[in-house]
Amino acid sequence: MADRHLEPDTQELRARWGGFAFTPEWEAKARAEIAKYPDGRQRSAVMALLDIAQRQVGEETATQGWLPIPVMEYVARYLDMPVIRVVEVASFYTMYNLVPVGRFHVQVCRTTPCWLRGSDDILKACKAKGMKKGEVSADGLWTLTEVECMGNCASAPMFQINDDNYEDLTAESAARILDELAAGGTPKTGTQLSGRHTVETLGGPTNLTAMVDANHDYRGEW
Amino acid sequence: MLADRDRIFTNLYGYQSWQLDAARMRGDWDDTRALLARGPDAIIQDIKDSGLRGRGGAGFPTGMKWSFMPKESRDGRPSFLVINADESEPGSCKDREIIRHDPHKLIEGALVAGFAMRARAAYIYIRGEYIREAQVLAAAVAEAYAAGLLGKNACGSGYDYDVFVHRGAGAYICGEETAMLESLEGKKGQPRLKPPFPAGAGLYGCPTTVNNVESIAVAPTILRRGAAWFASFGRDNNKGTKLFQISGHVEKPCVVEEAMSIPFSELIEKHCGGIRGGRDNLLCVIPGGSSVPLVPAADIWDAPMDFDGLKAVGSGLGTAAVIVMDKSTDVVEAIARLSHFYMHESCGQCTPCREGTGWMYRVMERLRLGDAEVQEIDMLQQLTKQVEGHTICALGDAAAWPIQGLIRHFRPELERRIAQNVREAAE
Repeated sequence: MADRHLEPDTQELRARWGGFAFTPEWEAKARAEIAKYPDGRQRSAVMALLDIAQRQVGEETATQGWLPIPVMEYVARYLDMPVIRVVEVASFYTMYNLVPVGRFHVQVCRTTPCWLRGSDDILKACKAKGMKKGEVSADGLWTLTEVECMGNCASAPMFQINDDNYEDLTAESAARILDELAAGGTPKTGTQLSGRHTVETLGGPTNLTAMVDANHDYRGEW
Repeated sequence: MLADRDRIFTNLYGYQSWQLDAARMRGDWDDTRALLARGPDAIIQDIKDSGLRGRGGAGFPTGMKWSFMPKESRDGRPSFLVINADESEPGSCKDREIIRHDPHKLIEGALVAGFAMRARAAYIYIRGEYIREAQVLAAAVAEAYAAGLLGKNACGSGYDYDVFVHRGAGAYICGEETAMLESLEGKKGQPRLKPPFPAGAGLYGCPTTVNNVESIAVAPTILRRGAAWFASFGRDNNKGTKLFQISGHVEKPCVVEEAMSIPFSELIEKHCGGIRGGRDNLLCVIPGGSSVPLVPAADIWDAPMDFDGLKAVGSGLGTAAVIVMDKSTDVVEAIARLSHFYMHESCGQCTPCREGTGWMYRVMERLRLGDAEVQEIDMLQQLTKQVEGHTICALGDAAAWPIQGLIRHFRPELERRIAQNVREAAE
């Protein structure tokens, strides 16, 4: 986590983000999050509020969003907690972007289960589109990150782009997904293998076959 | 092979809807009020009798864990159930399937378990990267509230109970129970010293039990079908059914619910189409997620997949995340990547882990290339021993064990690379 740094606090940054406030839609979500915790424990909502703030910044910049210092200060005021405690949280958890990112944040899983199934090829396919690790591409479209295990190991290799997972990738299917996104399309999420539904054995499940076509109730067989 | 009628997660593959109506047709939320009417002590006794051991990796008996919670609050502090859905152990991908395809099993389990331990509410801590999964879970919780299954007088039982979903934001360490509590309180996820144990002072200083998703989600079915039914699967001390997740070099990776103690060979051949390139092409297996040592092909083939069976071959069941490697694998890089993972995920609190994980990774990288001295193999072994057991939480241990397993079983390969590198440098 040592490679994470904050975007410098400049006059330009203040001018752009100093007036940040939740829009009514995002504020309603923030209120709902705070309500999950006991009175006086509103600090527990800091993770959710940082996510909400990042998403609002994303809307305003047409990217995945990130967290400028003035936005973190806003969250700190909102929850009545010291700014440094908010910055600590934002810098500790890797899903908070501390610097601007592209419209699509491509996160390629690099950990052993994905690597065994060919994650190197997926990374290459991303780089072939002009992406460089940790950088925003010149057209503002892409940010490429190598991430640790995303928990899709039985449908590896995979990448997550913004909110969606694309699994069982090959270099070809990865390239196709990137092209579709760049063209404004919405590629199929989940597994990219034809003949696979989710994480069952490819070619048809080895068990629970009665569930494929009907919502089978097994209680009669107990 | 386990019969379909004995599988708990019947919608594991998501062919059918996760929503309340469909879940009810499959048997979830079926007269939950009657389950609760048995009373907390009877529920805990049933879970104890079933032999259920925690499914998050450590394998602590679940019923016993619940029994540590106070039966009454002497000072007015409420109790909490925290459900660990921060599934981040490399190889593990079972809780994701429960959450996105069978969330009502988890939510009903949250009520039953929380009631048994006299908790006021449950917080489900789901890893941040499970974005769509968290959306499904939140929608399922909302359905349960709307149907009167949660909230005031949950299921008409007279018991008031809330379930909240809390999203993480990308930190493996939050799967450690006290780091999870810190994170729930809105702080960096750095583990706490124990004692005090969470059952005495956990979330907000209140008595808290932290359980894995799978441990909680199986509870209602165990109560409905009886402890004896669950205990009829698996060997003594290793009872029940279990979600196995097979990744890596098998023909067809999958997630599957099977009886505990199923032999490795049967698991692979029945559900995964065998090892890629055939049995003779198997190099080694990490049988329980990245934190357990690898097992060479000869030792794993007939091993029963349970806590004791894998301990006997020098490894562990962990989360039953089976990572298979065939003979084409650069096994040193496979483990070096895990070392990179632990370096990345160390929270930085304890010096041996913060410095040691980076050091171990750097030595592993040099060993991968053969750019090392032979005595550095022993130095690395010694280094892992200086990290293991010297940290607040088990991440240090988890970082050490894969390397120890590599040295134990593949030392000749490490020496071969060093010799080859020396030879090439001379030429």
